[in-house]
Amino acid sequence: MLWPRRSPRSSEEGARGSLVAVVSTVVVFGVLLALVLSSEAWPAVQRQFFSWTHFKASFPKVLGAFWLDIKMFLVAEILILVIGLAVAMARSLRGPAFLPLRILTIGYIDLARGLPLLLLILLMGFGIPALQLPGVPNSALFWGIAALVFSYAAYTAEVYRAGIDSVHESQRMSARSIGLTQTQSLWHVIVPQAVRNVVPALLNGFVSLQKDVALVFVLGVREGLREADIYNARTFNYTSYIAAAVLFLAVSVPVARFTDWYTERDRRRMQAMST
Amino acid sequence: MTALKLALRGVAKAFDGKEVLRSVDLEVAHHQVVCLIGSSGSGKSTLLKCINLLVPIDSGQIVLDGVAITAPGVNPNQVRQSMGIVFQAFNLFPHMRVIDNITLGPRKVHGIPRPEADEQARALLKRFGLLDKADEYPDRLSGGQQQRVAIVRALVSRPELMLLDEVTSALDPELVAEVLEVIRDLKGEGMTMVIATHEMGFARDVADLVGFLDGGVVLELGPPAAIFQNPQQPRTRQFLQRIVAAGRL
Repeated sequence: MLWPRRSPRSSEEGARGSLVAVVSTVVVFGVLLALVLSSEAWPAVQRQFFSWTHFKASFPKVLGAFWLDIKMFLVAEILILVIGLAVAMARSLRGPAFLPLRILTIGYIDLARGLPLLLLILLMGFGIPALQLPGVPNSALFWGIAALVFSYAAYTAEVYRAGIDSVHESQRMSARSIGLTQTQSLWHVIVPQAVRNVVPALLNGFVSLQKDVALVFVLGVREGLREADIYNARTFNYTSYIAAAVLFLAVSVPVARFTDWYTERDRRRMQAMST
Repeated sequence: MTALKLALRGVAKAFDGKEVLRSVDLEVAHHQVVCLIGSSGSGKSTLLKCINLLVPIDSGQIVLDGVAITAPGVNPNQVRQSMGIVFQAFNLFPHMRVIDNITLGPRKVHGIPRPEADEQARALLKRFGLLDKADEYPDRLSGGQQQRVAIVRALVSRPELMLLDEVTSALDPELVAEVLEVIRDLKGEGMTMVIATHEMGFARDVADLVGFLDGGVVLELGPPAAIFQNPQQPRTRQFLQRIVAAGRL
């Protein structure tokens, strides 16, 4: 291992190290908690943000609506992974014949990454239904998800492209030499290796999207944050936002920990391979 | 109908203004084995990649079976199917088992169904003593085994011309022999080959013609005995003296 977290010279020292870690953690966080709870402002903070009564009253409503966030996340993420890969592959094609395609993808990526996500959601979520075009869906939810996909697929395409560029040129040559076309080489040889290299970065995008789905609340979609907002507007108490926060954290923290675990495992495997 | 399998005429290639191949002329008859020697950076690898159309040439002409394959409108994918190339660093696909490495071309390019492609591949693996490695991933194999798999992968679509690019240079010395043995075997079968190599002993042994590449041209070409014992060009003599001094000949 390159950077050992600690290097216990004997099991005795290791045990003592763990004990020190536990004690110091308990002391530090205990002191912090005591400071917060004993401060003068705490009763007001508790009433406004951490009221058990309001939590009990608002949590079921927020939870009920939060499932929509999960569903939006899943639908959007699948579309993002597929479209992002297609865009990255289109951008990676070489040769003069593919120039228009490359220009198109670069234009799209610049546009989607350059605009605030909130602007895209407002523009597409309110703007397109207002046109009342025949045959075009006019649901705010539909266009909210479409805006998320439009924006995130561009970032994801760049993640994939970094992965594609990280695969050594000799792999491409080798694939072409056995007669595969450019697209076949990308699909069968380059992309599988590229994706493996960027899984941590893709998972990072998952965490980010999982929070950003709440932005469609501006379109009036009754998802978790919207429900918390409605509760707050009625009671002037902010605990409902905390209820929503708890739910978002309950999803994003495990994904973040999984990403760390996966990255670490991958790093060790690469080291094992290079020795 | 020409008796030549391959002909290069005035082939030139520069990378970012740096001339690697100035004007290469070379003729290879059917069933002939041509070894290219020359110092590192003399363009041996580039030349093989040009023949395989992996690197587009700047000027000149490459003729395969009487057809100019460097002419516009030629489909490079089709040309590549009639020749195999093997690289110095093996370049196996690390995410695929040995058998899938070999059958990828037949399955995707020729549309051969998997069972049939597998059968062909296993027959070839068996011939080269690699059958027990069919279901392994490349990183479980020794360098010599990986290179032999790479040769099988190039052979599976029955090429009539093999291009070997310093195929033993990345191998531990004790693994070189098993790969050279395979190449001798191919020569015995009458395979036409162009081989870039640093193994002078092997070149002397296996080649019908040895070409010395220097300054972007084939400076001297002849039977191995002539090149190694009686080189005409001072540059060739110099190169061979250095090789002898290094104990490689």
